Amino acid sequence: MYVAVKGGERAIENAHRLLAHERRGDRDVPEVTLAQISGQLALGVDRVMTEGSLYDRELAALAIKQARGDMIEAIFLVRAFRATLPRLGATEPVNTGEMQVRRRISSTFKDVPGGQILGPTFDYTHRLLDPQLAEGFVPEQPETAEASQAATPRVTDILGRDGLIESSPQADSDAPVGDLTREPLSFPADRDLRLQNLARGDEGFLLALGYSTQRGYGRNHPFAGEIRFGEVEVELFAEDVGFAVPLGSIELTECQMVNQFKGSTTEAPCFTRGYGLAFGQSERKTMSMALVDRALRAGELGEEVGAPAQDEEFVMSHSDNVQSTGFVEHLKLPHYVDFQSELGLLRKLRQEFAEANQAVELQEAAE
Amino acid sequence: MNSTGPNSKQAQRKAAMTVLVHSATADIAGRLAAITLPSHENLREPENGLVMMRGRIGGDGAPFNLGEATVSRAAVRLATGEVGFGYTLGRDAEKAQMIALCDAMVQSAELSGEVEAKVIAPLRVAMNAERARKAAETAATRVDFYTMVRGEG
Repeated sequence: MYVAVKGGERAIENAHRLLAHERRGDRDVPEVTLAQISGQLALGVDRVMTEGSLYDRELAALAIKQARGDMIEAIFLVRAFRATLPRLGATEPVNTGEMQVRRRISSTFKDVPGGQILGPTFDYTHRLLDPQLAEGFVPEQPETAEASQAATPRVTDILGRDGLIESSPQADSDAPVGDLTREPLSFPADRDLRLQNLARGDEGFLLALGYSTQRGYGRNHPFAGEIRFGEVEVELFAEDVGFAVPLGSIELTECQMVNQFKGSTTEAPCFTRGYGLAFGQSERKTMSMALVDRALRAGELGEEVGAPAQDEEFVMSHSDNVQSTGFVEHLKLPHYVDFQSELGLLRKLRQEFAEANQAVELQEAAE
Repeated sequence: MNSTGPNSKQAQRKAAMTVLVHSATADIAGRLAAITLPSHENLREPENGLVMMRGRIGGDGAPFNLGEATVSRAAVRLATGEVGFGYTLGRDAEKAQMIALCDAMVQSAELSGEVEAKVIAPLRVAMNAERARKAAETAATRVDFYTMVRGEG
């Protein structure tokens, strides 16, 4: 329980003023701009958009600046901003198969149609700190090559043609798409709700859960069938216009995890799949998401369920870092009354203990 | 352009919108400054809102809600009656307003030729050049595998 207390107004005001001062840092050093954050700390912006569940680079950059680089605080700010705008509708589902690919790799097929395209990646860097970057480094212009006109089909589509992989569940036209921002979570949750929950879930939490499946807590033998990053077009069916209007493009990362088989006496064995999708270039996030998505399908696929990553109530109830931080950090708020009652109880227990001991000592002395 | 049927007119509007949403506000404004704008009024004041963005399970399955995005929208009516709509990602009301105006002009028999030639076409060239630049940069990172000769044969 927490109660309203008065008396801290001036201290709070001055604390926020001090916060603003500290946030600014050394005033002799130029202030960081939103364009700098958006352009040069781009992957941090991507994470805040993904977990803040709002695609708007400028707002995410502002949140990071306001939060002094505290990502969860920034995500919290973005989530709170959402509540200030009306929702105009839901877009047509994006088609990741028609992505303008910036990066596309498969760890399952060397000669995947469309090729292995590395794009801007930390992979194959040596992870040595680069002192050149400390100041004034001007990178070379990127190399260019003739762009291929060949399509880059999803690896899962290629496997699907031969029936080697399960097909994606198709929409039930009578069932609305689940939305956990509109109705509270209930269990069991359908896969659409699980994916929405994982998409906005904390990267660190999902990474740890995904890793736990690899270490044996719900093993499902994953391969990174494909990871792609690039721009997809977004359309919204606007009733006033009468057709689906283009809204522009967004950057997305998609991970198709290919996992070990299922089959039965009536169905030939085939690969199973886990899926990850996130705003921006968010590879670790989408890989973790795909591992956990697959783990959460254990029951559906007739696997033994027991590992933390396979427990949807556990995963979905603890994945949201805004909820988590709210409950953990609320412990900082005044709990004076609660604590007073605990203190009163403890004193009473100690007194009873002392009296009991005294009685024993008196009895022993008497004997 | 043959734009007599309703479907081809809709396709033309959508194609123009595609170019405009991918263009920077300043670039659209610069192109619009080169033509005489028709008399018009706001049918809907520009406003900001959110849309829920949807993906598909597995990339090709049933839809799910991925997360929201900011959008801006506006609607204008020309004095001659055409109603244009502007929708765009982001919170740029001015951009939505200009898209709506262009959409109205695209629907006008008198103005569509000029807006296509002086606004949409040059912006399309810039959009395609930007896409080609990114595609060329990306293409340079494509892996060409070759097999090392192993052993003595």
